[in-house]
Amino acid sequence: MKNQHTGLFQKALVLEALKQAFLKLNPGQLFHNPVMFLVEICTAVMLVVSIWTLSGATAQGSFGYNFAIFSILLLTLLFANFAEAIAEARGKAQANSLRKAREETPARLESGQIINSSQLKKGDVFVCETGDIIPGDGEIIEGLATIDESAITGESAPVIREAGGDKSSVTGGTKVLSDRIKVTVTTQPGESFLDKMIALVEGASRQKTPNEIALTILLAGFTLVFTIVCITLKPFADYADSPITIAAFISLFVCLIPTTIGGLLSAIGIAGMDRALRANVITKSGKAVETAGDIDTLLLDKTGTITIGNRKATQFYAADGVEESVFIQNCLLSSLADETPEGKSIVELAKAKSITPRSGFSLQSAQLIKFTAETRSSGINLPDGIRIRKGAFDAIKNLSEKAGFAFPPETEKRVRDISGNGGTPLVVSENDRVLGVIELQDIIKPGILERFQRLRKMGVKTVMVTGDNPLTARFIAEKAGVDDYIAEAKPEDKLEYIRNEQQQGKLVAMMGDGTNDAPALAQADVGVAMNSGTQAAKEAGNMVDLDNDPTKLIEIVEIGKQLLMTRGTLTTFSIANDVAKYFAIVPALFMTAIPALQGLNIMGLTSPESAILSAVIFNAIIIPALIPLALRGVAYQPIGASALLRRNLLVYGLGGILVPFIGIKAIDLLVSIFV
Amino acid sequence: MNTEIRGLALMFVATLVLALPLGKYIAKVYSCKKTWLDPLFIPIERLFFRLSGIDPTRKMNWKEHLVALLTINFVWFLFAMAVLMNQGWLPLNPDGNPGMPADLAFNTAISFLVNCNLQHYSGETGLSYFSQTVCIQFLQFVTAGTGMAAAAVVYNAMRIHVTDKLGNFYNYFVKSCLRILLPISFVAAILLAFNGTPMTFEGKANMVTMEGDTVQVSRGPAASMVAIKQTGTNGGGFFGVNSAHPLENPNYFTNLVENILILLIPMAMIFALGHYLHRKKFAWVIFGVMMTGFLFLLIPAVHSEMSGNPAISEMGLAPNLGNMEGKEVRFGAAASAYWGVTTTVTSNGSVNSMHSSHTPISGAMQLLGMMTNSFFGGVGVGFLNFYIFIILAVFISGLMVGRTPEFMGRKIEAREMKIAMLVALLHPFLILTGTALSAYFVNQNPEIGWLGNPGFHGFSEMLYEYTSSAANNGSGFEGLADNTPWWNISTGIVLILARYLPIIGPVAIAGILASKKYIPENAGTLKTDTGTFGVMVFAVIFILAALAFFPALTLGPLAEYFSLYGSVN
Repeated sequence: MKNQHTGLFQKALVLEALKQAFLKLNPGQLFHNPVMFLVEICTAVMLVVSIWTLSGATAQGSFGYNFAIFSILLLTLLFANFAEAIAEARGKAQANSLRKAREETPARLESGQIINSSQLKKGDVFVCETGDIIPGDGEIIEGLATIDESAITGESAPVIREAGGDKSSVTGGTKVLSDRIKVTVTTQPGESFLDKMIALVEGASRQKTPNEIALTILLAGFTLVFTIVCITLKPFADYADSPITIAAFISLFVCLIPTTIGGLLSAIGIAGMDRALRANVITKSGKAVETAGDIDTLLLDKTGTITIGNRKATQFYAADGVEESVFIQNCLLSSLADETPEGKSIVELAKAKSITPRSGFSLQSAQLIKFTAETRSSGINLPDGIRIRKGAFDAIKNLSEKAGFAFPPETEKRVRDISGNGGTPLVVSENDRVLGVIELQDIIKPGILERFQRLRKMGVKTVMVTGDNPLTARFIAEKAGVDDYIAEAKPEDKLEYIRNEQQQGKLVAMMGDGTNDAPALAQADVGVAMNSGTQAAKEAGNMVDLDNDPTKLIEIVEIGKQLLMTRGTLTTFSIANDVAKYFAIVPALFMTAIPALQGLNIMGLTSPESAILSAVIFNAIIIPALIPLALRGVAYQPIGASALLRRNLLVYGLGGILVPFIGIKAIDLLVSIFV
Repeated sequence: MNTEIRGLALMFVATLVLALPLGKYIAKVYSCKKTWLDPLFIPIERLFFRLSGIDPTRKMNWKEHLVALLTINFVWFLFAMAVLMNQGWLPLNPDGNPGMPADLAFNTAISFLVNCNLQHYSGETGLSYFSQTVCIQFLQFVTAGTGMAAAAVVYNAMRIHVTDKLGNFYNYFVKSCLRILLPISFVAAILLAFNGTPMTFEGKANMVTMEGDTVQVSRGPAASMVAIKQTGTNGGGFFGVNSAHPLENPNYFTNLVENILILLIPMAMIFALGHYLHRKKFAWVIFGVMMTGFLFLLIPAVHSEMSGNPAISEMGLAPNLGNMEGKEVRFGAAASAYWGVTTTVTSNGSVNSMHSSHTPISGAMQLLGMMTNSFFGGVGVGFLNFYIFIILAVFISGLMVGRTPEFMGRKIEAREMKIAMLVALLHPFLILTGTALSAYFVNQNPEIGWLGNPGFHGFSEMLYEYTSSAANNGSGFEGLADNTPWWNISTGIVLILARYLPIIGPVAIAGILASKKYIPENAGTLKTDTGTFGVMVFAVIFILAALAFFPALTLGPLAEYFSLYGSVN
């Protein structure tokens, strides 16, 4: 399910969108888009004029010409509607596929009664056992289970969810693989995040985002300017004894008003949410996506985002007088039964150094010593009486000093070096005598350094949040290339940091899962809750990441930027187009009455009629031509704002000026064959 | 390069060389830093503030600024009306000019109040010396000061650590008049007086011409008024024919001085912004955009004037002098074209040649200068007009770099866009609607007798009148019979709307932005001090302000151009 790379135009979606394109002609609906609503009025006028010419009027030109203009305007409307409809259809299809899994699943209530999942109400408690599909979103109140969430996340590895703690949430549609849980329903039917998201995409509750409103004002302003231009042209033309036909007026008007961006605007907004959904992020509002593009500061958890899960053994340092292979042998034995990731990594490293357990060793006969908070060490007692321990520096030091051994100074120095380099030392002893030290290091995710550089170029400051001590934190922060870190972080620290940044006028994004993250998630401008997180966290944030992937934040920021950029570039393109359209239509309006104005016909268009038809046709077909761009979005490149502006201005500004010159000329050559 | 072009180059370089230090000085004045003129001005300012009971340190928010601005403007209006209507019996009236009738007084008061200086009277016979100095010249100072003070408010609002408190309006206003306009005018008036511009309170002089006739020559306190008329982008002349008059503009040197003054403060205000905000690069970007626009207008105009009128050249008349119809021989075609463009890009409106007689291209450039109205523009208000285009450009380009648009660390949102679009709309609305209504009346009644010329040129006359009014320029395309109720009333309405809304809008936007939270810049923030952004602003001005007039220009000067040159070739 994840990142389904389906083509932009699937057949079923296109058919649905085509149908919608016609339904959206309803003026009541179009009214919300002032630019296209005006086009609709113009289309209606042209229909009347066409009928009028059919009944014998000659002053407005032939029926064929007028009807052609009418048809092209109608097409313009349909193209714009289609753009919105296809974006909606794609969003709906994506959301539906997520929703499908959870529909019509039987839910077994606590009382034993079985009802349909759609009848579950908030507060109901249901029970799930091995093999059950979880009927709805909820929080585990009793038990622990392994769950297959692949239906939602696409990740096949099962996850563990249990009552209490930060991993108590379950999602409808996922499958219980083992054990039994009791779950309380947390959302009313039809109000889950997914339902909200679908409603957002479908337009019923889609509200214009602040930027969209401001842009609509800009477009309305441009439209008004051109309305004035066109209306006042009538007395001007009368003065010059150069009567203008209604068709020419309407064509000039429709060409000048920003129909391209007006027609694509809502499609761009919906496509932004689609893209978030495709990245398996559910947004609670369109605004959140937009805000993501403005983020200045990104709070990232160290574990899972910057470093790979856990520490790994990277080096064995034997004490003086201890043979290295013997030391590693001991390390290996002490860790063979150790199920922690650190322990496993020691075994791996030993194997990589071709050390295997000595012959005759059998795990069964050995006595395992588990790690306890009291001893702060673990180990193994071999049948021959050898006691191997590994643990924190001071724990082992205590042991050895109690037994009367001096702690080897070179090892002590090594321990300090390791700590200073952001690593964790594990000291190993045999019968309380120190053998050496193992270095554990955080492994920084490959490629993360580049990602942070990318973020820095976008202007986003990255902050690493970790429970590590400041020394270790600083080391990892430097190594990973983050700009700042919060060490020994408590949830309050995050909240404090976010407030501080916001005080300076910055927008902050963070990701979290636990209940204690909720205040910070709520405070952050973009709070992304992991789907596995607690209900409180999910309520507090404004997005939910179905993949529980901490690096998703970076992707979200790019989606936000892409959304704004697509709007900006298409606006520029749309307005830049006007230059050529002026030069196509204005000479055409007056050339008959004032032949000298042929000098303004710099494109050399064949006749006034063909010039006007070509401009209107160009104006119409540019909309479907740009639908793929609107849906996919303009790619964001972190090359700095100035370089980005230069690039976009060249492509969409200069391109916007040149393309219609070429396009209109080409269409004119075609049209002149028929006219 | 011939001497005429060298003269233009000299004029431009001299303007630039003077504007650079002046800009630094203006920035110091507005940021209340020490200047060497302090000992002279501080006592005068103290006196003003003590007499008026104004506390110049009381900080105002943008609304209070606007209330103060509009209130004193209204007081001046009443004052001007009173003086003009009663000048007959007031002192300093040696020629015995009568008081103005109410409608003309109204028109004149409004026209000077809005810094436009559209004149429906002739100075020699219409005004007493008292009116010229106490009313007209006074308004020429204070209205220029108003524009500069409004710009200073916007400058202040653009600083980083600013809240909604944006300094004191009266403080900016008094400083603009006293410390900037007055010293420059003082020097200029002396230069003019020494070159023959009269500065006297005596009545008309009797002179015997070479033919032996006795003629009466009007004179008066002209030098001081001509100085502020040029310095404050006012443009209203002492004599009827403005700076084409031999006493108002006696020789090439005074022409040089007067023409430098047209651009001086509008240009210096841009450099002042750079010093004031410590963003010199930003100021240079603005200068670059304005300069580019200016050259785009200047070069075709000068070229066209110097090439002359093909119809006249064909007759073999003075082909080497260029188009000399309606021009003064002491200035020549190039300097007249240069003046024509400088006086229209700024909202000055003084003339040293008859604009109606310029070639169609030069006329189109003058029209475009007023239609864009932001390439340097009027003192203070030129920047305010430009500010609107900056806001629009920031909005579009901000989106293009993937961020909510910010300008000077403040987010631009729906409210600011609404105001900016309204102001941007206003200019084409006033010009095109006014011209359309007039054209409609002419269509209805071809015998109405407004137009001095038929056809395209007649259309240009109407278009020019409204453009000049909406740009608060005040120059006229002679030939239009504009002293009729329709023209007086309609241009009067245009004048008021076109003056105050474009001041209110930018001050409101700047005030609203200043009260928003400041967002520190980062690598993702759009930089406004780059050439790329300059290109963007230029494109916005070109497409929104210039192209909106393309159909109108097509039926006026462009049709005339193609007809004229098409028929000759």
